Amino acid sequence: MKFYFMHLMPYADLDLSYDEKHDSAWVTLPNSYFDPKKGHQLYNRYLDELEYADQLGFDGICVNEHHSNAYGLMPIPGVMAGALARRTKNVKIAILGRALPLLNNPLTVAEEFAMVDNITGGRLIAGMVRGIGAEYHSWGVNPAFSHERFQEAHDLILQAWTQPGPSVFEGKHYNFEYVNVWPRVYQDNPHPPIWIPSQGSSETIEWAAHPDRKYTYLQTFASVSTVARYMKMYKDVAAGYGYEATEDQLGWSLPLYVAETDEIARREAKQHIEAFLQKFLRMPMEMLLPPGYTSVKSMVGALSAKAGHSMKQTIDSVIEEGKFICGSPATVREKLEEYQAEIGFGHLLTLLQFGTLPAELTRKNMEIYSKEVMPYLRNVTAKKAA
Amino acid sequence: MSFTESTETITGCKIRFMRGGKGAPLLFLHGSSGAPRWAPFMEKLSETYEVIVPEHPGFGASDSPEWLDGMSDLAFFYLDVIDHLGLDKVNLVGGSIGGWLSAEIAIRNSTKLASLTMIAPAGIRVKGLRKGDVFMWNAEQTARNLFHDQAYAEQILAIPPSKEGLETTLKNKLTTAKLAWEPRFYNPDLHKWLHRISVPTLIVWGDDDKVVPAGYGPAWQELIPNSRLEIIENCGHLPQIEKTDRFVQLVGGFIGEATR
Repeated sequence: MKFYFMHLMPYADLDLSYDEKHDSAWVTLPNSYFDPKKGHQLYNRYLDELEYADQLGFDGICVNEHHSNAYGLMPIPGVMAGALARRTKNVKIAILGRALPLLNNPLTVAEEFAMVDNITGGRLIAGMVRGIGAEYHSWGVNPAFSHERFQEAHDLILQAWTQPGPSVFEGKHYNFEYVNVWPRVYQDNPHPPIWIPSQGSSETIEWAAHPDRKYTYLQTFASVSTVARYMKMYKDVAAGYGYEATEDQLGWSLPLYVAETDEIARREAKQHIEAFLQKFLRMPMEMLLPPGYTSVKSMVGALSAKAGHSMKQTIDSVIEEGKFICGSPATVREKLEEYQAEIGFGHLLTLLQFGTLPAELTRKNMEIYSKEVMPYLRNVTAKKAA
Repeated sequence: MSFTESTETITGCKIRFMRGGKGAPLLFLHGSSGAPRWAPFMEKLSETYEVIVPEHPGFGASDSPEWLDGMSDLAFFYLDVIDHLGLDKVNLVGGSIGGWLSAEIAIRNSTKLASLTMIAPAGIRVKGLRKGDVFMWNAEQTARNLFHDQAYAEQILAIPPSKEGLETTLKNKLTTAKLAWEPRFYNPDLHKWLHRISVPTLIVWGDDDKVVPAGYGPAWQELIPNSRLEIIENCGHLPQIEKTDRFVQLVGGFIGEATR
């Protein structure tokens, strides 16, 4: 199993009473809430944390793309990846954007990723997503064509990476007379690893698991039962295609907090994970799921589920569901070992900073996790593989 | 209420129709909430006209065809519908995006039209005059923002939606997004060709429209040569529902004059 340090780079200095006046930390929250002087401090602190993960022996670090919100300050994740490319030596750098349908020219992604891949000598992991629903409000891009544009942009980028240029691309949304990206990707056999982060979708799994692709499916922030269900679905789909999915094709991304004891962990994490859940993730359904973002069927499901129970998530509710792992090293080791054995994921992306979690607690979390959790799980999973 | 329902296949697409009344043909083009039921204004109009109410491709019980990517596709489709129904001298009446659609049809070919009535149409942009962001509104905000008289909103909100109703709402919203998400509820080229509308045109607007503000009325009236603007007081985005009698009276008077 491989271990990654994932960052969202939230605007941790957010005035959390914003929700008395605004219904979301996305799209419409005035950017007057952002203080560039604090932003300067935060960006540099967060980059230091990502670099520190390299020294602590993580296999990879992950940056992310979101627009017009306090939840994540990386609208252009390539800027972060570029900064990290030179300051890290060993880690893979996963860019878990880019949100392809938002772009009018997806070749910019082919270029950006190829540059990072060249600078790092092949340490790039190429993430491709549709972005979350709110992004379609912020960017004005039509969500009704989100799926079409994703497919087409993906095909265009793959063509740019794998076919000798110049070549012609004839699509519905994108058309090019000269696809001829300089630089070529460093990992050119056949292309950099592609990861598909998703909140959970059978259509995405069918597509990612296809023998022509075999992309790594990355389940983001979801209950353990959901993670187990979608990863089983991936394996079943692969079997249906006539091959066995490897652990390398399955990843899980979740927030985690480990401290000296269960009690300390819970006490230290509580206000920060609840800020993440209740303040940074806050958005109305219409913002989260614009028309066409998911099928009408799944949207009816989501709206009915919302009507059924309160959406307020607490530290207790997310620990209970296994959306958040929190506790002493022994507790965290035990849970992860159990989940890994049961679900069989090969990539574990931990969000060790979340919400308002301050620098010193983030570092402590990273240190305890890398010293007391990672080596143990590496051994266990290596033995299993052998 | 006397109307009949039917399904007809036009250009490979199954379309649900409601029809009622006898007289000169009146084709009603619905807005983004579709035309699920025979409304009182349809009934009243059917006392004088043969009222024909299709559900657009991608709405309600009609098919969602692969070819539907935008308003231009829908406009050409309706030229096929007019041919298919063998309509001549038809009175076109459209509300909201249906009003926009009626203008897109008329600039392409007005020869089969007798008159055009547009109710609070989307379709053009007046810089600085912002339309409501219907895609950001929840069910309650939508109901409230559609009407001036909140009693109408209360009436809608009192009935919890069924699963089927919710599915239809989402289907309609998806097609509305295809037609109008970006650019938002307008066609940047439409204003250049509105001079081609050669039939008498009535533009009807509620003075308290929170979806497409009544300030759009004068802009349309300037762009369409033979047009008249009527503003209805104390009325929201759906005059045909909120002020049925006044609306039917205006339309009747206008068509009477236009086709005399």
